[in-house]
Amino acid sequence: MDIDIDQVAALARLDLSTEEREVLGGQLRSILEHVDQLSAVDTEGVEATRHPIPLATPLREDSRGEHLSHDEALANAPESDGSSFVVPRVV
Amino acid sequence: MSIPQGWEAVIGLEIHVQLATESKLFTAASTQYGAGPNTHVDPVTLGMPGVLPVLNREAVELAMRLGLALGCEIDRKSRFARKHYFYPDLPKGYQISQFERPICSGGQLTIRVDGDERVVCLNRIHLEEDAGKLVHESSRDRSLVDYNRAGVSLVETVSEPEMRSSAEAVAYMRALHQIVVALGVSDGNMEEGNFRCDANVSVRPTGQAELGTRTELKNINSFRFVGRAIDYEIGRQIAHIESGGEVVQETRLWDDEAGVSRALRSKEEAHDYRYFPDPDLMEVEIDDAWYERVVASMPELPAARRERFIGLGLTDYDADVLTQTQARADYFEAVNGQVHDPKLVANWIQGELLGALNAEGKEIEDSPVGAEALGELLGLIGDKTVSSKMAKSCFAAMFSEGVSPAAWVKEHGGQITDTGAIEAQVREVIEANPGQVEQYLGGKEKLLGFFVGRVMQATRGKANPQMVNELVRRLLEERRT
Repeated sequence: MDIDIDQVAALARLDLSTEEREVLGGQLRSILEHVDQLSAVDTEGVEATRHPIPLATPLREDSRGEHLSHDEALANAPESDGSSFVVPRVV
Repeated sequence: MSIPQGWEAVIGLEIHVQLATESKLFTAASTQYGAGPNTHVDPVTLGMPGVLPVLNREAVELAMRLGLALGCEIDRKSRFARKHYFYPDLPKGYQISQFERPICSGGQLTIRVDGDERVVCLNRIHLEEDAGKLVHESSRDRSLVDYNRAGVSLVETVSEPEMRSSAEAVAYMRALHQIVVALGVSDGNMEEGNFRCDANVSVRPTGQAELGTRTELKNINSFRFVGRAIDYEIGRQIAHIESGGEVVQETRLWDDEAGVSRALRSKEEAHDYRYFPDPDLMEVEIDDAWYERVVASMPELPAARRERFIGLGLTDYDADVLTQTQARADYFEAVNGQVHDPKLVANWIQGELLGALNAEGKEIEDSPVGAEALGELLGLIGDKTVSSKMAKSCFAAMFSEGVSPAAWVKEHGGQITDTGAIEAQVREVIEANPGQVEQYLGGKEKLLGFFVGRVMQATRGKANPQMVNELVRRLLEERRT
């Protein structure tokens, strides 16, 4: 089972050192190998499990509830202008 | 725009429709438009650690309604998946969407272009949450994020790449818009972003089975822009290929002011979104009782209504115009319910009413003449209280001054339908114009109009024109013997 650690890191926006790539690449490979054992099982004619819990997802009625206060909403923002979250320019 | 000889365009549309729910897809925060930035947010909206999404029943039901209207297969056990990408408008780092088991698959939409009917197949309709809104402040090198819209419920309607011109794409978009509004699935307000279109466009030499490389035009929010953006893109791709280039798969943004599209970013491959089933949500189970209840509550759709109008004796054209919006069709039915003369009602709505409304830039919803008042007026034509000509004057007064038909007739008097009175008037006109009578009898039959005109003048337009016509002819002919 092969894995492109650079692509995985790029998608996750992780900047890995050479050492980290070695270590994490190895760990990911062993996880995949472990899971890959499942492919040895004959699943012909077995319906795929869609969720480990055999229940329907609960539904709520369409009604409005509480909002966070403005201060609470922005409390964790690394930067804000008092009403919006401020981030480095994206376009 | 016509596509150059030897080329064919292939267009598929992905339309995001904001569902008309009070609260968001997975949480009770408000969906109301126009609130101050970050005031309609709660821990689920902001993706705080430890929160759990709980699905809005109404959103599922609205998606089901749209699917049923479009002939889709409804998955009674659909699933939600996480779609991963990093962008500041996405608080969790993933969007909850549907991937392997969307709520609706297949289906079709009938469109009409230049009088020809075409069926466009749908691929799927899936539920998903909206992202927040970004405002870019280029002068300060920063972007502002408002999460009010984050988590609002959407359905994305994905067509097969089956459209061949911008006109077909626009017709598709209009037809879908009409349906979502008619069903109450969405407010369909395009200025508020309730109905947003992404267009996938590619070109290929005519006869080639294989599809060309496509580009995606993002977020086009008006019918007119869609047409222009697609035309531009078709022309750009063909010119590029003809000059020896290759189309690059990319996302492009339409700039309507400049009339061009610009590359935004190279399209990430689908697997880069790393979709997987969202473990926080289980299957969305639609049991028989729920399903049957929704099926039973489906209203008549615009296409069916159009067919029914044609069945009433209206022309295709009339039926098209009258079913263009639901309000128009409702208005027609309300008037016709009183008058029971579909053709007359259709003519009046399209002629006088829409004419007057257009002149003032108004929609039928805002008409100063309501359906009941118009029905009353047309009733007066039916029982010959007024002639159609008088009815037009009356309508003008109803429209601009708000008078009722009854009040107008009281003030101006009704139509003269008394044979004796009209006959006396006709005789008077004949006596007064011996020269014209002689010419008429000498073969100048066109003079009939002259006598009719004089009688109408003398009665200030109130004599029943048909009766005047008949009496003039009869009394003149009597002079021959």
